[in-house]
Amino acid sequence: MRKAFPILGILTAIFLSYALYLALEVAPREQTMGDVQRIFYYHVPSAWTAFLLFFINFIASIQYLVRRSRSSDKVANWTLITVAVVTCIASVVIAMVPDLKKALPQGTYPSSIATTGIIIAGMYFLIRKYFSVEAVDALAVTTAEVGVVFCTVVLVTGPLWARPVWGIWWTWDVRLTSTLVLWLIYVSYLILRRFSSSGQTPVMAAALAVFGALDVPLVYFSIWIFRTQHPQPVVGGGGSIDPRMLHVLLMNWLAFLCFAFLVCWSRYRLERIKREVEETQALEALLEPRSVPR
Amino acid sequence: MSAPTGVMLETLTKDIRLEWRSKDAINSMLFFALLVVVVFSFSFDPNAEESRQIAGGLIWVAFLFASVVALNQTWARELRNQVLDAYRVSPAPANALFLAKAVGNFIFVVILEALMVPLFVVFYKLRVLGPAWQLIPVAALGTWAIVVNGTFFAAMSVRTRSREIMLPLLLFPITIPALISTVEATTVILVGDPATSAKFWIVLLATYDVMFTLACLALFETVLHAE
Repeated sequence: MRKAFPILGILTAIFLSYALYLALEVAPREQTMGDVQRIFYYHVPSAWTAFLLFFINFIASIQYLVRRSRSSDKVANWTLITVAVVTCIASVVIAMVPDLKKALPQGTYPSSIATTGIIIAGMYFLIRKYFSVEAVDALAVTTAEVGVVFCTVVLVTGPLWARPVWGIWWTWDVRLTSTLVLWLIYVSYLILRRFSSSGQTPVMAAALAVFGALDVPLVYFSIWIFRTQHPQPVVGGGGSIDPRMLHVLLMNWLAFLCFAFLVCWSRYRLERIKREVEETQALEALLEPRSVPR
Repeated sequence: MSAPTGVMLETLTKDIRLEWRSKDAINSMLFFALLVVVVFSFSFDPNAEESRQIAGGLIWVAFLFASVVALNQTWARELRNQVLDAYRVSPAPANALFLAKAVGNFIFVVILEALMVPLFVVFYKLRVLGPAWQLIPVAALGTWAIVVNGTFFAAMSVRTRSREIMLPLLLFPITIPALISTVEATTVILVGDPATSAKFWIVLLATYDVMFTLACLALFETVLHAE
């Protein structure tokens, strides 16, 4: 483990520089926007990485709450299995019935429903297998902190691009507003963690993460009615993207994922060591009462 | 009478009696809301048409800020003499306690709103052009949205350092969808444009209320017993 970290660090640095080269040199120049569009190769991978990290944080928070009692843990496991099975059945049914297939948003396939369900359940059980209840809370801290960093990158690079292209720095559009609210929720999450006493922090933070996850879809819906100005998703949605651009985008995302993984890993180890030190100190304090005269 | 309802009613009447004798929460909320209204009217100075457009936002921001004052006192009151610890070791159902506190806060904030609305109408020269009765469900649902989350987060923030400032930091980001819906619904009703309707916003607000009330009830016991 100790050797793997610097190796991964060097590989990530090389990969990031290669991705930068791809974004600046190899990717074709966008016809209408010009070179400003290249910020897209940072903006979008950061956004995907941030959302992924927040999603992991949500799963970790749920697990921290659920796994404290055996019965709720069982209920959660079966719910996740049901979700995976139901999405698989639903995608098969939708694929067979042409009327339902037409009702799907443009660009999505019936199989993507099954994929989503399987990914959610798979991530849940992967985290459950490899992290104990205490470790899952450390994972939640890590992903929230790193997620806020990537989300900040998204919120800074967005206006930088918007100013020359839209002529404005900011607009209260669906995606911008929901991302900003998501950022606000996770900043308040980090503040709560900092200001509460150590014993209660994990439970309260996990509860707040669940509230935040309930909140974001509602924010999205409540602003959805206003017309959206953000470009429609070019990947997976109805839009089109030059395959060379897509290649550069995906390479950049991979590089960003490696970088995020590296940062999360070191932050996670730091958190575990910090807790170990705290526990040891508490134990030592118990074993050697200072009040005894020597 | 079953045990949960008993606990709930006892706590509720106790809180109302305390508030009736001290009038701490109501007085500070009222004065705070009054200040917000006066400060806003100095900073905007609108005519009748403009004020219809912005009044929905102003009034709800004033109520949101003012309700934080009452919400902060909900649990802080129970810290004296370790009442909160007594609640935790008692076999009384936690959710009954939570509902009693939430309903109590709801009553206080509704009283505040009933007293402030006439003042608002006078200060901002308001006249409702849409169906005015719809303001009642909007107000009830919007107040419940603020109060139910506020009571929950106050139970969290009361156990952190710098607890008074913690509550708005936790509450405001989560309340954004409720605030958007309440403000939009109020503005639609005030302006009374026949092409738009407040129905969508009322439904959204009701969904928000149901979702977050259930989440609060599901998680309150865990948060109360966190140690």
